[in-house]
Amino acid sequence: MSDTQLYPTADQTVGPYYGIGMEYPGSEELVPHGSAGSIVLSGYLYDGNGAPVPDGVIEIWQTDADGNIPTDSGNLVRKAGSFGGFGRSGSDDDGYFQFTTVLPAPTAAGKPAFFAVVVFARGLLSRLHTRIYVPGPELDADPFLTRLTPERRATLIATPVAGGLRHDIHLQGEKETVFLAFN
Amino acid sequence: MDDIPKSAANYPPGHPTQADISAEIADIAANHPTSSDPNWGAHRTLIDYPPYRSSILRHPSANLELVDPETIELASPAFGHRDVHWTEYDLTQMVNGEPQGERIIVTGRVTDADGRAVAGQLLEIWQANAGGRYRQKKERHPAPLDPNFNGVGRVLTGADGSYKFVTIKPGAYPWPNHENAWRPAHIHFSVFGSAFTQRMVTQMYFPGDQLMPLDPIFQSITSARGQKSLISDYDHDVTVPNWALGYRWDIVVNGDSRTWFESLDGPEEDA
Repeated sequence: MSDTQLYPTADQTVGPYYGIGMEYPGSEELVPHGSAGSIVLSGYLYDGNGAPVPDGVIEIWQTDADGNIPTDSGNLVRKAGSFGGFGRSGSDDDGYFQFTTVLPAPTAAGKPAFFAVVVFARGLLSRLHTRIYVPGPELDADPFLTRLTPERRATLIATPVAGGLRHDIHLQGEKETVFLAFN
Repeated sequence: MDDIPKSAANYPPGHPTQADISAEIADIAANHPTSSDPNWGAHRTLIDYPPYRSSILRHPSANLELVDPETIELASPAFGHRDVHWTEYDLTQMVNGEPQGERIIVTGRVTDADGRAVAGQLLEIWQANAGGRYRQKKERHPAPLDPNFNGVGRVLTGADGSYKFVTIKPGAYPWPNHENAWRPAHIHFSVFGSAFTQRMVTQMYFPGDQLMPLDPIFQSITSARGQKSLISDYDHDVTVPNWALGYRWDIVVNGDSRTWFESLDGPEEDA
């Protein structure tokens, strides 16, 4: 690290009481549930024993259905007809989380579409970045995905289900999700 | 959360003592990190940190995959005055009357590692009250709730990245990690940067707190610089006469994780 760089502030866990500071009404609904074009993105958060993590936080940040990067505010206080692109869901006693949103589109033709994801939890000392890719032919040509083993790649790709997508996140273990560091 | 026994005799057999945890902390600090920890290179927060027992099954074992951020990750969600009311910076005025405790001001700037301001972005904070009690059902610490304190605040940073909260100094509180475990006083901060790669949640501590050396969450950062990055400075120029003590704490967001991979042989020098 060069002398001109400021030393980055270190991460800490969200702890068990993040609910009082991070939960807000409508955090999981980027668009109204059941609205035209909406999908449900849902899944379960698991620990290294495959047990549910009941005190995690999943955040998503995504393009809109046309591949635009949202610039609308209103991510804490939603506004009809506006799309802010950010959502937050706690994991419940089953480790379950869900979002109502739209399918993100690629920012450029031929690129894969994905949700950018950050995971926090009690017991997790630092945020973890990952992605949830929307299934499609573009994934087979993506330089990042193709460099992963098939087992590791699969941890980043959602499964189509009725009404939307299902995607589980494993913090540790045989099915451990691929987590990211950025260049 | 489990009930916290009030005497050692009530702990289950084999429950670690503070001496056990302190020995583990010292061992890791003396250069025996869990070598698989993907954060070890940066010598910042270790995520495979067994003294914090809840971390054992909740950290990835594989190295983080180094990728180029995509355009969506180089942008950040937008928050505006629709989202955050201007009064939410003052945690002492959220209910009907003044909360119990020592009124404080916490102020600083949010920048990236190059010193560029993170402007107009969301900071969310939450904390215990002066007695060390959080306003949440799961909380079992037998300290009183304060009817005039919710312990939650939000602000949007200014054009220069500046922020200010008015609150009360949180109390230390016990937790079940080990026998006689106490968290140092801290305020939780949720920070959005200018890019989603910079998203972070952390905790701000107070200078001189004697519980920091004993706390496995704080000690999961093993370098002096990393630890210092979480400790606010008392600043008499922030203190307002006859009203509140002032603390200054700057936040540096960092989406660039390359340093995690550059020094896998060991810690950075604490220059």
